[in-house]
Amino acid sequence: MLKRLAECVREYKTPALLTLLFIVGEAVIEALIPFLTARLVNEIKGGIDMGEVLRLGAVLIVLALSSLACGGLAGFTSARAASGFAKNVRHDIFHKVQEFSFENIDKFSSSSLVTRMTTDINNVQMAFMMLIRIAVRSPLMLIFSIIMAYIMGGALATSFVVIIPVLVLGLVMIARHAMPAFRAVFKKYDRLNESIEENVRAMRVVKGFAREQYEKEKFGKASDDIRSDFTRAERIVACNMPLMQLCIYGNMVFVLLVGSRLVITSRGALLDVGQISAMLTYGMQILMSLMMLSMIYVMLTMSAESAKRIYEVLREESALHDPAEPVTDVRDGSIEFENVRFKYSAAAERCALEDINIRIESGMTVGILGGTGVGKSTLVQLIPRLYDATEGTVRVGGVDVRSYSLKTLRDAVAIVLQKNELFSGTIAENLRWGNADASDDELAAACRLAQADDFIRAFPDGYETHIEQGGTNVSGGQKQRLCIARALLKKPKILILDDSTSAVDTRTDALIRQGFRDYIAETTKLIIAQRVASVKDADLILVMDGGRIAAAGTHDELLASSDIYRETWEQQTKGGDADAAE
Amino acid sequence: MPRNNPRISADTPLDKRGRPPFNLSAVKRTVGLVMEFYPRLFPAVCILTIFSSAVSAIPSIFTQKVIAIIGEWMDGGDWATAKGLIVAQITPLIVLYVLSLIAVVLQTQLSAILTQGFLSKLRRRLFDRMQDLPIRYFDSHKHGDIMSHYTNDIDTLRELVSQSIPAVLRSGSIVVVVFCIMLWYSLPLTGMIVLGVAAMMLVSGKLGGGSARFFVAQQKSVAATEGFIQEMMAGQKVVKVFNHEAQAAADFDRLNEELCENARRAHAYANTLAPIIMNIGNILYVLIAVLGGAYLLAGLPNPSISGMALDISILVAFLNMTKQFTGNVNQLTQQVNAVVMGMAGAGRVFQLMDEEPETDNGYVTLVNAEIAPDGTVSETDHHTGHWAWKHPHGDGTLTYTELKGDVRLVDVDFSYVEGKQVLTDVNVFAEPGQKVAFVGATGAGKTTITNLINRFYDIEDGKIRYDGININKIRKADLRRSLGLVLQETNLFTGTVMDNIRYGKLDATDEECRAAARLAGADDFITRLPQGYNTPLTGNGSNLSQGQRQLLAIARAAVADPPVMILDEATSSIDTRTEAIVQRGMDKLMEDRTVFVIAHRLSTVMDSDVIMVLDHGKIIERGSHEELIAEKGTYYRLYTGAFELE
Repeated sequence: MLKRLAECVREYKTPALLTLLFIVGEAVIEALIPFLTARLVNEIKGGIDMGEVLRLGAVLIVLALSSLACGGLAGFTSARAASGFAKNVRHDIFHKVQEFSFENIDKFSSSSLVTRMTTDINNVQMAFMMLIRIAVRSPLMLIFSIIMAYIMGGALATSFVVIIPVLVLGLVMIARHAMPAFRAVFKKYDRLNESIEENVRAMRVVKGFAREQYEKEKFGKASDDIRSDFTRAERIVACNMPLMQLCIYGNMVFVLLVGSRLVITSRGALLDVGQISAMLTYGMQILMSLMMLSMIYVMLTMSAESAKRIYEVLREESALHDPAEPVTDVRDGSIEFENVRFKYSAAAERCALEDINIRIESGMTVGILGGTGVGKSTLVQLIPRLYDATEGTVRVGGVDVRSYSLKTLRDAVAIVLQKNELFSGTIAENLRWGNADASDDELAAACRLAQADDFIRAFPDGYETHIEQGGTNVSGGQKQRLCIARALLKKPKILILDDSTSAVDTRTDALIRQGFRDYIAETTKLIIAQRVASVKDADLILVMDGGRIAAAGTHDELLASSDIYRETWEQQTKGGDADAAE
Repeated sequence: MPRNNPRISADTPLDKRGRPPFNLSAVKRTVGLVMEFYPRLFPAVCILTIFSSAVSAIPSIFTQKVIAIIGEWMDGGDWATAKGLIVAQITPLIVLYVLSLIAVVLQTQLSAILTQGFLSKLRRRLFDRMQDLPIRYFDSHKHGDIMSHYTNDIDTLRELVSQSIPAVLRSGSIVVVVFCIMLWYSLPLTGMIVLGVAAMMLVSGKLGGGSARFFVAQQKSVAATEGFIQEMMAGQKVVKVFNHEAQAAADFDRLNEELCENARRAHAYANTLAPIIMNIGNILYVLIAVLGGAYLLAGLPNPSISGMALDISILVAFLNMTKQFTGNVNQLTQQVNAVVMGMAGAGRVFQLMDEEPETDNGYVTLVNAEIAPDGTVSETDHHTGHWAWKHPHGDGTLTYTELKGDVRLVDVDFSYVEGKQVLTDVNVFAEPGQKVAFVGATGAGKTTITNLINRFYDIEDGKIRYDGININKIRKADLRRSLGLVLQETNLFTGTVMDNIRYGKLDATDEECRAAARLAGADDFITRLPQGYNTPLTGNGSNLSQGQRQLLAIARAAVADPPVMILDEATSSIDTRTEAIVQRGMDKLMEDRTVFVIAHRLSTVMDSDVIMVLDHGKIIERGSHEELIAEKGTYYRLYTGAFELE
């Protein structure tokens, strides 16, 4: 996993390595500074030889400036490396998702992909920056400080032998206890936010049932529950600070007491006053570095979750591949299913489709009827190879769909999905997804066919009307018609409408179908619908039930032969004027 | 969001939303809130914070004294005497340390309790306020924006309360204490340090300003990129169907490149700030050492509060204080910056809290009633199956009106946005037990009428009467309790199937819920779920089909047993075959109730007592199915249109 993520550093290896170099430089200098300031202090105490003081001062200023230079440069290079690294990770995920098949997309939900590309990458970016800046610096500082402390303090430095293990043990214990507590409470917190979101979405239901008070109480309980968990976790972490101070204070008192005794009894031979000052400074540095390390440890383990989630996407392999020598021309719009069986996943108990055998000639209009969940959408999604049949063969233009390049096949087969999307941008921009080079006239022609032209022109900005993200500023029926127009612009050989006119009123629906008959007669049209009326005049109607084709034929044939069809038909025209129906 | 009025939701998106201008009032209000929630704990934590940091600033005096004593006695080697002197200095030091430790333990523990308690209370306050907001608020604000009050904005407040404010107190008190000690010892040296610190702040201010600018640019870039990601992930299947992958990736790369550049700039500034500040501190240290040394050598007078002469031990103590002072001044400026940055988020939380809640001047309430054989209605405290409106009058008398479900709209006008009339002169008379249907194109105003009956929105002109009472006089909760609502867009809650049905009537027994499910025709599929009625639902019932969710919503309304029901495209996702199966249940459900039905599918509304055909907010036809067919008007065309004009 780390290896794959490390690959994302790519062209930013140089700034990353430079950062390490600068940081090492900065750490070395920083460890030297107290050493020299101790000498400066000694110099001042020893009767102030101004020449020596100035010399030391000059050296110190030079050191400070070079430390500044190193630190500043490290700041620049690390920012460059970290943001570049994040960019590459984002790039890799986004491009990966573009290669995904529908099966892969179903596996990760779109919202989870969004979190992975935003929050998770942010976490990993921060961790990366920490890693190249502080994670190198702190251990270095620690080691330098310990070495310097021994050089300067000699026997006095043995205090660290006691203090460091105590602190490390304490910090590790705190981290050990706090992390699972935080992880658990974060999950709860996510659930709380989900429930708020659920509540916002369902506000009409809440208010419709006058359940405001009930919701308040429910939320209050959940919020209190989280409060007590969070408080428990935070109180564990809150021990960090006192522990740290205890160690610093302990060290101070020890150094002062034992140090003064050593200095005075040895008359400065074993230890001098400057060294005591230096010991105090180094003690501080050592303990601070340890504190930093424990923070990094916590942060890295937290971001490991994010890294894992990113890696899951990166290693996911698309289930669909172009053949080695793809066919690049679709001859016509004929479709053939031969002994097709389909399961959404190998583990699924039930087949979504079974025993499918159909032949559809080019230019036919085919209606598909059936209840929810009987496999209508699944059936048509095999045609543009959104999924591959588990068994059997699907042919378009007489050729196995797996022999085409995906691009060729999908250019020839336009499908208007049941759950369709418009993108933010103008209406014209959205329509040109179908054909980037379409002229304005072509756009208008497609829209007239989809019965969208009138309402588009009624907008003040016409085809330049801006569509909000998710198409929230057009009605459901308008959105569906725009999606149909967009598909028509592809000039496909096969057009599939998956319940795409459910929000369109019956008359407009009829006009759309009339247009199809008149203007795109040679295109094969597959129409999934709830309303029998929408498919009644099709050349062939397929009635599906339980993943199988229960009956096939024209309207009249099915009225005579299929119970399901007749029932549905009667139910939908019940009480109506039977004469008007015919 | 009313489907027929999508434009009012076209409000400002998150990234375009203006940040409220910076003012201290947001901080004041935040502090005010904390004080309100914790009037004793908060000041206590503040005092502890100030105390512990002030105490931690003092010890350097004692350490320096000890060092001075060592220097003095070093040559003599008389440990026994020196020991006494040293212990005399170390004892107060230890006392201070112990005090400081106790204060720190108390402060950190209490502030953990304070922070989380504050957040919980704040969340509850926000949520409670949100529950009281009118539907208009939810229709005119994006759900994502509302959610960001709970996530981003609360997070900013958390940082303000748990980090920024304590850090300001901590650094502030250290700065004050150290400054006083410095003044105590030497005015000239203090002056030098203040000059140096001023220079340091100038640099950090410059850098900080640049960094803030780039952070804003980065924020914009982040918003643009995340918006694009959201859109593309949601529409990924469409991208694939249109072979649009390469284009999408190219668009993304452009945004990504820009984000990377802006992030690099913002972080580069922030990253450089720390080493620069620290090393200016180092340089200042050296300067003070050199200048102080020179000052000492020159034997210049040392004006100070204590009146002490400058000696080496004071100079050394000063050197230590330089570091402490610069470090904390620096902390202080950074934290003040953080507070300023956090202001925007804090301001936004208050925006939601300041929203005008739904007003309710209703005083007519719904009570359990007993109906005597002679028709007189009296109030009772137990469930009788009968309900009555309890109507107090101005003269102190009470009248009881039996709840029957007679709903009349008289000359109703309405618009969501001023000037854009949605309903004009609408008259609807629904007698108890009648089924009234609304038919019309999308946007004709069908849903709007139902929005007015349950007072999600208030009418502009005209009257709505419920059992003869003006609905403005009825308490909203009671009005809505008497109206069952089933919407096209089904919203279920996390919980079991049973919990979701019970939502309609919180004290319903399991058996009542089952009966309601059977009535709605939902029992059949529920019993076939892996855990039956105890099957947990998550993500708005994503494990159920759209049709199954609608059946559950119908069962939920059925268990409430309301005298009036509003079915807004309630069966649109149930396929016609299933609808035929549940039809009997639906018929039974509608028996003896006033029902308003909105449906696309004419087969659903054909048997209504009255069908109203709406066009652009006006009722253009009304009558029974047969009458309207005979009229050969719009309804006739709609009806026959379903079977093609061949």
